[in-house]
Amino acid sequence: MLTKRIIPCLDVKGGRVVKGVQFIGLRDAGDPVEIAEMYDQQGADELTFLDITASSDARDIIIDIVQRTADRVFMPLTVGGGIRSVEDVRRLLNAGADKISINTAAVDRPDFVREAAERFGSQCTVVAIDARRIPGEKRWEVFTHGGRKPTGLDVVEWAMLMESYGSGEILLTSMDCDGTKDGYDIELTRAVVDAVSIPVIASGGVGNLEHLYDGFTAAGASACLAASIFHYREYTIGQAKEYLRDKGVEVRL
Amino acid sequence: MIAIIDYGMGNLRSVQKGFEKIGCDAIITADPHVLLTAERIVLPGVGAFRDCMKNLEQGGFVEPILKVISEGRPFLGICVGMQMLFSDSVEFGLHSGLNVIPGHVLRFPDQMTVAGEKLKVPQMGWNQLSFKRRPPVFDGVNDGSNVYFVHSYYVKPTDSSVIATTTDYGFEFCSSVWRDNIIATQFHPEKSQAIGLRILKNFAELT
Repeated sequence: MLTKRIIPCLDVKGGRVVKGVQFIGLRDAGDPVEIAEMYDQQGADELTFLDITASSDARDIIIDIVQRTADRVFMPLTVGGGIRSVEDVRRLLNAGADKISINTAAVDRPDFVREAAERFGSQCTVVAIDARRIPGEKRWEVFTHGGRKPTGLDVVEWAMLMESYGSGEILLTSMDCDGTKDGYDIELTRAVVDAVSIPVIASGGVGNLEHLYDGFTAAGASACLAASIFHYREYTIGQAKEYLRDKGVEVRL
Repeated sequence: MIAIIDYGMGNLRSVQKGFEKIGCDAIITADPHVLLTAERIVLPGVGAFRDCMKNLEQGGFVEPILKVISEGRPFLGICVGMQMLFSDSVEFGLHSGLNVIPGHVLRFPDQMTVAGEKLKVPQMGWNQLSFKRRPPVFDGVNDGSNVYFVHSYYVKPTDSSVIATTTDYGFEFCSSVWRDNIIATQFHPEKSQAIGLRILKNFAELT
């Protein structure tokens, strides 16, 4: 049967991997191609690059990184951050990306998601959603621009709409949990998983291996994204997978 | 020389780099004439069946593909490149394929569940191969090996004896076929790490 995926996420700024804590306070964590190779050897199921500079000259830097990574590792590669046009998508796919993830541009112009899916296929069109809980409610609001801008959109409704526009996967980040190491927002993830038929990647908040287990079981995510627990070598991907296997989660080892 | 058919759809670089990694020259070509001089041919595929077929036709690839297959040259179809070898597909309406292997391309049913969880479509991720036959292209690949899939549609050959492997996604679907010089995989060898590279190497060495 289909195994659950562990996806290390590399936030890239100015050609280096960094990791933000609740989107601020960056620390340098190394060379993206080297880190990608390390995760490849550890048995990561996919890799995600998130370009958090997202200016026009950064575009060329990330394309170069994608190209050099795809030359060396033979596993699925997703790239997100500042993707605004079909031409951006085409360039990244030609550089060796398998999937692109669209966030702010999807809110600005939802038809962009449809255009990307029709041109390149749903399988490579990921919609990334940054979600913040509405205080005291079991509802979440979509934020854009790296989590700075509220949109008034309901996260579950937005995810369903994006599925209908041809998105093949949802990358769901809890802004409340991101960087806390207290675990994924299980309620949020479960709500979106149950609302859509496409795979959902849980993101934001993982601090230990039990959090990954909860993401797959309690929240029902198809994949779990994590950054700092792997970047700072608290755990290897292999350790994470052995832990999950021992608890009865189907993983690739 | 291995020719990778470029008909304007998606990422071909990974397939080429995969062959380079194992020390084989592979060229990406949009020129149908080059196919006729190639020793081995790879038909990758990313995107919708309808658009892929349309681009193959407009690129003038259909006749050369049928010719090299009938001449017995090793031919590898990947993902939609596998699906296009079949008679037809129901993706975005009913569309004809190359009809090299009789059979249909169907969508995974909605609302399949396993252990109380809905099976998501597309199937995206690593799943296992269960061997029905052992084509040489899978030498050194163990039963139960994990390979990378991303697809919402699957093939159903009319003649089940062409099936090389099946994979379980709510039911056992055909994840690769083998008939004479034709090998076709629903999964992506170029994204399946060491096992995938082994398959590409075997393909490059088929005699």
